[in-house]
Amino acid sequence: MAQIELKHVSKKFKDDVVIEDLNLTIKDGSFTVLVGPSGCGKSTTLRMIAGLEKQSGGEIWIGGRCVNDTAPGQREVAMVFQNYALYPTMTVRGNIEFGLKNKGIGKQERQTLISDISEIVGLTPHLDKKPQNLSGGQRQRVALARAMVKKPKVFILDEPLSNLDAKLRNQMRTELIQLHKRLGTTFVYVTHDQMEAMSMGDEIVVMDKGMIQQADSPLKLYHDPVNLFTAQFIGTPAMNVMNIRDVQGLELEAADRVGFVGFRPEQALIGVNKNTEGYCLEGEIITSESLGAENIYQIKTGSGVFFVKTFLESLVKTSRVSVVIPYEHLYYFQSDGERIREVYIRSQQLVSAGGL
Amino acid sequence: MKAANETVGIPAKGAVIGGSMTVVRKKQAAWKTAVNVILQAANVICLLALVLIFALPFVWMISTSLKTMPETMIFPPEWIPSNPVWHNYIDAWNTGPFLKYFTNSVIIAVGILILQMATIIPAAYAFARYQFAGSKLLFGVVMVTLMIPAQLIFLPVYLELSALKLLNTHLGLILPFASSAFGIFLLRQAFMQISEELIEAARLDQASEWKIIARVMVPLVKPVLVTFTLFSFIAHWNDYFWPLVMTTNETARTLPLGIAKIREVEGVATWNILMAGNLILVAPILIVFFFSQRQIIRAFVYNGVK
Repeated sequence: MAQIELKHVSKKFKDDVVIEDLNLTIKDGSFTVLVGPSGCGKSTTLRMIAGLEKQSGGEIWIGGRCVNDTAPGQREVAMVFQNYALYPTMTVRGNIEFGLKNKGIGKQERQTLISDISEIVGLTPHLDKKPQNLSGGQRQRVALARAMVKKPKVFILDEPLSNLDAKLRNQMRTELIQLHKRLGTTFVYVTHDQMEAMSMGDEIVVMDKGMIQQADSPLKLYHDPVNLFTAQFIGTPAMNVMNIRDVQGLELEAADRVGFVGFRPEQALIGVNKNTEGYCLEGEIITSESLGAENIYQIKTGSGVFFVKTFLESLVKTSRVSVVIPYEHLYYFQSDGERIREVYIRSQQLVSAGGL
Repeated sequence: MKAANETVGIPAKGAVIGGSMTVVRKKQAAWKTAVNVILQAANVICLLALVLIFALPFVWMISTSLKTMPETMIFPPEWIPSNPVWHNYIDAWNTGPFLKYFTNSVIIAVGILILQMATIIPAAYAFARYQFAGSKLLFGVVMVTLMIPAQLIFLPVYLELSALKLLNTHLGLILPFASSAFGIFLLRQAFMQISEELIEAARLDQASEWKIIARVMVPLVKPVLVTFTLFSFIAHWNDYFWPLVMTTNETARTLPLGIAKIREVEGVATWNILMAGNLILVAPILIVFFFSQRQIIRAFVYNGVK
């Protein structure tokens, strides 16, 4: 068990600054997910924690110990790689045992540890097989077992599910969550998939261009994004954003200049009665997808093209619709992307009356 | 006729009359199989011809080694001697201290191989995996040595070893080949194919660099190592030039020199004894090759786990 602290960490590859002045505390026992588009520095951050990459500046602390000059093997960190990185010439048993042998653990104890762990991940019948004779899911389990058996203070997982098919991925996702509950160890998980991040993490760190955009709980990220990037990155479909120039009939009063107005597709209402208080948009349905429980519409309006998502409602058949977004569900951002919270709508009545 | 054509699948004249689409198609298919059969036959004939070209000298060698001296001169040659003279092998063995030559050859070929393994594996790993100052330059130097023929530098090397009093010793025959540029190159390419994550995983498993080489990397390039072993063993087992330069007496003389000496025994070339000696020379190589064929083929077919 350990808390991880990154203090003013930076990373340069030659002249390329990948990460600049990163400060992050990963709580002891948390399931922290680093998420962001590719090239945002999330994997580099993870590799620096593991010690596979040396930071150019700053300090990394694991469990109250500065590990700047500690070799990867001495950091009490275990890692699961994207392509599992199993030793192809060793059996499943050999793979799990390798780390224990290097640690100098006696044969008797190794046997007990291996049989315990393979029981947990369901590998007992496959212990004497080579990795190439295993399925993707089984390899994944070997990688997990190899990491778990060392009883590390920190688990590091680098996109461990991206090589699995959709069904297996969901299954392993649940298993990983259960595993975290059971072990209570700190998990640091990297993914580019925000759905995966939302469903697994209890703490999510959204990164972009080597900087932390926001680190919060999944719900906080969804309901209270601090900037435009997080707002658009979290949620499927992404938050709809209008440039203030395209917004008509909305008089706003705020300390800072509003650059963008956004709303979540699932908070917009289609074809409700006109009494609903909110910003109203008139548009035309371009496409509609029905996924059973939910419908997603693409609607073209005078202010741009938006997505709207409805739940457990029948599919809207008409082509021209009016969409109402309740005022409390509008998000405002400065032109540099910063969120503005204190915004007053000056002419509410006028908007809905004069509006369309 | 049509029915027969269907079952046999060879173009028959009767089928042409049918004229319907299926018949035309059948005819085409039949032609295809016929062409395939011819191509396959041609292929086999070509391969047989190739085998003949390579095998003929070898077969001739075996045949000659079992003949009497006058029989070797008969024209046209008699391929299978009517009375095989097995005694030729014993005669060849007895022309000189062959046991001594044989042990010398084994000590030298194996000694070279062990030293080469000890040097090329770490060197190839370093060239493949580490970025250090001058690594590219050093690798360039290694590659350049591949292009220098032994005959070009044998004199300075000879003088050097002579100054070290290593003439007529096993060490003098082993040391100049203690490393191999070819081996370093071959192994470096193989190491470079291995994913970096595997090494990282081993580092996280607290493995030292030596352990990573021994337990993770080397087992993965085993086919390449077997191939290199074979190349190196054959080259040094058969080497004639360097032992000729380095030896003046029997203490370190190797098999190829011993065989060559057979020619000089009676002033006339006793081809039958010479060929028997040659067979003694190549037998160990054939045995090694026989046992490692599968590994050699695998060395050229990269297989990795994804």
